[in-house]
Amino acid sequence: MAKPMAISGNFAAAYSTKQINPHIVAAYPITPQTLMMEKFSEYVANGEVDTELICVESEHSAMSACIGAAAAGGRVITSTAANGLALMFEVVYIAASLRLPMTMCVMNRALSGPINIHCDHSDAMGVRDSGWIQVFNENAQEVYDTMFQACRIGEHKDIKLPVMVNFDGFITSHKVERVDVLDDDVVQDYIGKFEPMYPLLDVDNPLTYGPLDLFDYYFEHKRQQVDAMQKALPIIEKEMKAYGKVSGREYGIMESYHLDDADYVIICMSSTAGTTKFVVDRMRAQGKKVGLLKLRLFRPFPAKQIAEQLAGVKRIAVLDRSESFGAFGGPLFTEVRNALYDVNDKPGITGYVYGLGGRDISADQIEGVFNKLISAPDKMIGDIQYLGVRGD
Amino acid sequence: MKHTIPQEEYMERGHMACLGCGGAHAMRYLLKGLGEKTIIALPACCWAVIPGVYPYSCMDIPLQYVAFEVTGAAISGIEAALKAKGKKDGTTVVGWAGDGGTADIGIQALSGAVERGHDVKYVCYDNEAYMNTGIQRSSATPRGAWTTTTPVGSTKAWKQTPKKNIVEIMVAHEIPYTCTASVAYPEDIIRKAVKMKEIEGPCYMQILAPCPTGWKYPPEKTIEIARLATETCIFPIYEVTDGKYKINKRIRDDKKKNIIDYFRTQGRFRKLDETTIQQIQSSVDAEWELLKKKEKCFGEEI
Ligand SMILES: Cc1ncc(C[n+]2csc(CCOP(=O)(O)OP(=O)(O)O)c2C)c(N)n1
Ligand code: SF4
Ligand SMILES: [Mg+2]
Repeated sequence: MAKPMAISGNFAAAYSTKQINPHIVAAYPITPQTLMMEKFSEYVANGEVDTELICVESEHSAMSACIGAAAAGGRVITSTAANGLALMFEVVYIAASLRLPMTMCVMNRALSGPINIHCDHSDAMGVRDSGWIQVFNENAQEVYDTMFQACRIGEHKDIKLPVMVNFDGFITSHKVERVDVLDDDVVQDYIGKFEPMYPLLDVDNPLTYGPLDLFDYYFEHKRQQVDAMQKALPIIEKEMKAYGKVSGREYGIMESYHLDDADYVIICMSSTAGTTKFVVDRMRAQGKKVGLLKLRLFRPFPAKQIAEQLAGVKRIAVLDRSESFGAFGGPLFTEVRNALYDVNDKPGITGYVYGLGGRDISADQIEGVFNKLISAPDKMIGDIQYLGVRGD
Repeated sequence: MKHTIPQEEYMERGHMACLGCGGAHAMRYLLKGLGEKTIIALPACCWAVIPGVYPYSCMDIPLQYVAFEVTGAAISGIEAALKAKGKKDGTTVVGWAGDGGTADIGIQALSGAVERGHDVKYVCYDNEAYMNTGIQRSSATPRGAWTTTTPVGSTKAWKQTPKKNIVEIMVAHEIPYTCTASVAYPEDIIRKAVKMKEIEGPCYMQILAPCPTGWKYPPEKTIEIARLATETCIFPIYEVTDGKYKINKRIRDDKKKNIIDYFRTQGRFRKLDETTIQQIQSSVDAEWELLKKKEKCFGEEI
């Protein structure tokens, strides 16, 4: 029977990892990820899992050990944040291009420098082109549930890609919330036994992973990666929905909140979606037609689905928790605006960058964003604004 | 009155270390030896927090924060810039990192820097774990120690492998000077700092810097515990100058304390069983005998 627990996002990630009981976990400590690994180390020390835990000497080695273990045919989980993910950069690409399913939790944190340990999405956005599936989670419950979905999705025979389970550093990683957990056997039934396709360990059928691959074939291999990502989208949608039958909690690649009749919409990801829901409720009570589109799946980017969701909306504000220096707007803004290019009767769209380095975002600030949308002139220009920063 | 410790301070009041932090002492004494013409590169570690959060700082010398794994490379660059701009005169370039930043993630950059022969001084303050991130094991964590990633459970307990011997790894690089030091012996730290400053070429210093938070002992015991580490010979104080070994804190056989006296002072060793303690005692004894032999064979000519 499902039971409620009062746990943090990190604990939820550790607990779900315990229930998955992967063959290998390799990780390196970094704030705000450490509590997940510490909790998991306890499970290992108490014999509650069969996992081989490798406490490596850097994140570059963590990801490389995961790549070795996954190519060998293991079910693999790791986690990191910020500078750790940045140090992994080289091998993050290799994991995806070798088509190795694995799950990595990223407790999103600002990149250096200057050094900062608090939340923004610059770490995950730095590897958005690496070929990983990226899911952003609003709260600890979502983290817990997405860990299992990630196994099914990444290991699906038509996908075979690594999955990044993102959640907000400290805000979600450390906040204690109610999380309804499943029984171990329910989890095991759902994720199933991992059957690797081409394990290195199969010495009777020797294989080479990642050979020298020049202008004759490299491009085709990249094209296959593109295909895998495209094919992944409907499978991910199906898997997230199917998870509802197992847990009673159905997920989508995005969540719409009072969107049906909304004229003014905020699009954002992760914990800020929670604050926005609160603001939507408050403004709806005053009769304002506001709504939220919370995006869970960032890669592959569901451009068509977003365009469909936003048809008929008057004005949109996209909230980015990372900067893309020199670009026209943050990563989410550019993607969303791009998705709307072919839509008739395009909504007005504006972008905000907020919350860098853990700068708090308040309900009042979000209400201010809605109010600005409501009072904007008809012809809105897609300016980029900065929310909650001095000097703006 | 003659002071054995210089009165100048380059680390001011208002730092952010925990009460009784060995690492804070270590930096303070090192700077007293190195003096004001010192530039420090600092990777992620407790010491990235200790100077203060912007816009505050307790440090009176130039400081560059660098990524966790790159201290050796960063000081190579700073030293090369001093050379290129003709400003090297009397300025000491120091890399200051924790044991994790030295023995684990930073060992490649450190090895590269000293092999190239840069005139840099690399100082590791050794608190035997990743303290800044909440007491996870490093390769410099000694065998038998509890950390959050080597917890004591029903089927596995403590760190099973011995402490990585970075000092001997540095000696193997055949650099001009390698030494250990301890916050229990400030005059020794200062003498060694002065010596490093005078040597042209790469030097390595490893300072034992007990951590009340991570080792689980009351903050007022830092110096006592550091001294016990040397008196039990688990952390001997010695230096290797141009390949010649010299033990600086000689422990007479009849004065040598048992390792259990050291372990008893710290919560991190609390649940250690008798057999393991005996095994650790034997390896400490063997290492100490080996060090004495090295001093005899590769010591300074008498
Ligand atoms: C690439 C990277 N990985 C991980 C971290 C997280 N991190 C910061 S300090 C630290 C531990 C430092 O340990 P040590 O070098 O022994 O210094 P101490 O904190 O013990 O003084 C870690 C793992 C980081 N900042 N950068
Ligand atoms: S945790 Fe330990 S090393 Fe870090 S500041 Fe506190 S006492 Fe010093
Ligand atoms: Mg340390």
